[in-house]
Amino acid sequence: MEKANNDLIKWKNIIFEKLGALFGLLFLVIVLSFISPYFLTVNNITNVLQQASINALVASGMLLAILTAGIDLSVGSVLALSISIGGLSIVNYGINPVIGILIVLAVGAAAGLTNGLLLTRLNLPHPFISTLGMMNVARGLALIITNSSPVSGLPGWVQFIGSGYIGQIPFSFILVIAVVVFFHFFLNKTTLGRHIYAVGGNPEAARLSGIDTKKVLTWVYTISGLMAAMGGIVLMGRVNAAYPNAGLSYELDAIAAVIIGGASFLGGVGTIWGTLIGAMIIAVIRNGLNLLGVAASLQTVVLGTVIIVAVYIDVLRRKKA
Amino acid sequence: MGETFLKIENITKTFPGVKALDNVNLEVKKGEIHVLIGENGAGKSTLIKILTGLHQPDSGKITIDGKEIKENNLRTALDNGIIPIYQELNLIQQLDVTENIFMGREIKKNKKLGIIDRKYMEERTSDILKRLNQDISPTAKIQDLGVGKQQMVEIAKALSVDVNLLILDEPTSSLGEDEVNELLKTMEKLKEQGVTMIFISHKLSEAKRIGDRVTVLRDGQYVSTNNIADVTEEDIVRDMVGRDIDEQYPKIDIDRGEEVLRVENLKRGKIVNDISFSAHRGEVLGIAGLVGAGRTELVRTIIGADKKDSGDIYINGRKVEINHPKDALEEGMVLLTEDRKTQGLFLDQTVKFNIVSSNLNKYKKNILLDLKQQAADTEKYVSNLKIKTPGIHTKAKQLSGGNQQKVVIGKWLNTSAEIFIFDEPTRGIDVGAKVEIYNIINELIGQGKSVIMVSSELPEILGVSDRILVISEGKLTAEMDVKEATQEKIMSAATVS
Repeated sequence: MEKANNDLIKWKNIIFEKLGALFGLLFLVIVLSFISPYFLTVNNITNVLQQASINALVASGMLLAILTAGIDLSVGSVLALSISIGGLSIVNYGINPVIGILIVLAVGAAAGLTNGLLLTRLNLPHPFISTLGMMNVARGLALIITNSSPVSGLPGWVQFIGSGYIGQIPFSFILVIAVVVFFHFFLNKTTLGRHIYAVGGNPEAARLSGIDTKKVLTWVYTISGLMAAMGGIVLMGRVNAAYPNAGLSYELDAIAAVIIGGASFLGGVGTIWGTLIGAMIIAVIRNGLNLLGVAASLQTVVLGTVIIVAVYIDVLRRKKA
Repeated sequence: MGETFLKIENITKTFPGVKALDNVNLEVKKGEIHVLIGENGAGKSTLIKILTGLHQPDSGKITIDGKEIKENNLRTALDNGIIPIYQELNLIQQLDVTENIFMGREIKKNKKLGIIDRKYMEERTSDILKRLNQDISPTAKIQDLGVGKQQMVEIAKALSVDVNLLILDEPTSSLGEDEVNELLKTMEKLKEQGVTMIFISHKLSEAKRIGDRVTVLRDGQYVSTNNIADVTEEDIVRDMVGRDIDEQYPKIDIDRGEEVLRVENLKRGKIVNDISFSAHRGEVLGIAGLVGAGRTELVRTIIGADKKDSGDIYINGRKVEINHPKDALEEGMVLLTEDRKTQGLFLDQTVKFNIVSSNLNKYKKNILLDLKQQAADTEKYVSNLKIKTPGIHTKAKQLSGGNQQKVVIGKWLNTSAEIFIFDEPTRGIDVGAKVEIYNIINELIGQGKSVIMVSSELPEILGVSDRILVISEGKLTAEMDVKEATQEKIMSAATVS
């Protein structure tokens, strides 16, 4: 009896806490399919999934930072720097594209590692500072090494990552699902994953429990950089070019996805599924507004409003609990 | 019992400006409950922090099980089975019981990948909770548990490793009567199972009830160690303060003045359920009840920190509209909140900042603030309230609990308030500082002000109040003069439902 009761509570929690954003997404889909007959076509849905995928990848890394009550402002710039270096090595230096892609990931992870070390070794007061610095440095480096111009001409399979399909499903979205499943497992079943929640929930308690909080934070920012680079690979494949201005203001979309997905800015609360849904909500709104012929400038206004409303609903829900 | 487990000899520790420990000794025998007692600033916390490896001593010797410990840090202390349970609970609210218990020591299915063996951990958790006779689900989130249960989780966490010495730092300070009883019972049970404990408490009755031996520290120095059975509470107090305290509750008799506050039919949900009462000048009105009965909610609603559903408040016979603590302040009514660290103080700011913070208008000189006057006023309160601080520019977080509480009191004295509501004013404060706070209360009513005091400690309610209200489940269940009040009467009113 008690067990059944516990299970009930558990499921109630999951539905209301974790999937609140899912209801929002379903609501949007239903409304949009009534307003625009084109919305619920296969073509359009695959388009939306593709649109969501880069942000979903970048936001996965951002989720980790926000779970530890931190933030990573550098993801957009790190994305640009990673693909710039990777793109140049493949196109200008003739390096094997497979190694080139690994270079992209390595640069992202290295930039993230630097973020983490700045935060934990120099004891900078908040990741806002370390990643704000990295945001500027990485962008500048990307512009310098590319001479401010795009690098194009990538092999077909790289383009496939960004714009290919398997059946009706964009390959980039399959990549996203794989990443999300991996993150779900990582965050819930591994020591490091649980320590991320612990550090975000109460850093002092985590430290007193013998957790190396600095190591945890260093990992978090390293993974965030890696995920930014992975988003970069998809972007590079889609436009068949690496360009130094790629990923401008991506950090804002990523933060929005994480927050709409129910994560708490105070740390310790949030799920990868929520973040995925958050990224999809943003893509659906952009897509819907496009279909309705709303100007890009007004779209920004709507998106901003959605972020505020999503968090406000969260505030109301917490008050009730 | 008999064999020595831990021996601390001539430990000295200096912080900038303070000698926290001066040649301190402590000997704990296997299987005993050793009470460590002392006033604020006596050095108990520092000693514990040295034991658990958070601080390193300047000199002295620590021997565990006959072996001298050369280097002691968080890790080695854990390896030696020295497990502290700190006063502020160190659980992660967003995680569940199992995760908290195994935090930092997760059992892994796969070591390399760090994959957690959740099922095994849950089973272990449930075994440990059973050992403590606790009906807590291993998957319950900490934030859904009460403070008493959370404490049990902390103890379970300590038991999940090979604990040799369990250190409980004022574990009862935030618990209600029932929860305290349960905790003490659990400690007795652990003792039967052979667990050695150091128990730090300000409550002598608890120390007497559960301890085997007691060590007293004063001003960073070792004073005495005795068998509990051989000493009286008075003996212990004398060792703690270095003098006799004539009375634990120095009560003065003031003639009750006119009514200054009247609350009529105040309601807020179910937790403040149709409460009416009045408070007078020159009296201390005690509010008793169990933890969670709605006492804190009542006083918070009165001063406008929480929104009332309905009801009226009259001050000096005039009906007032209070929707925000600043309205209450303007009407001369202030609340010392129960949790001074999160609600009463700016911990990272100086003593001066804290004391002048509630009344900055007083210091407006043209457009600037009169800093000299601020400093002068702060000095005045520091000396009047006997706040022990290196200076007025010392940060609040560097003071001991009792002195922090006095800073909060100073903050409110520095206003023109007439009605002082104290919510658990002596929680986590030692005997000497308590008496000082009672003296401040006496002084206030002597000046014709009105004091309302919420307290979970019945002796305190009986010793300090002139009149007593009892709250149970959001309702006012009794009102009595202190002369006719007894612990039994209060408890029976507090448990009416």
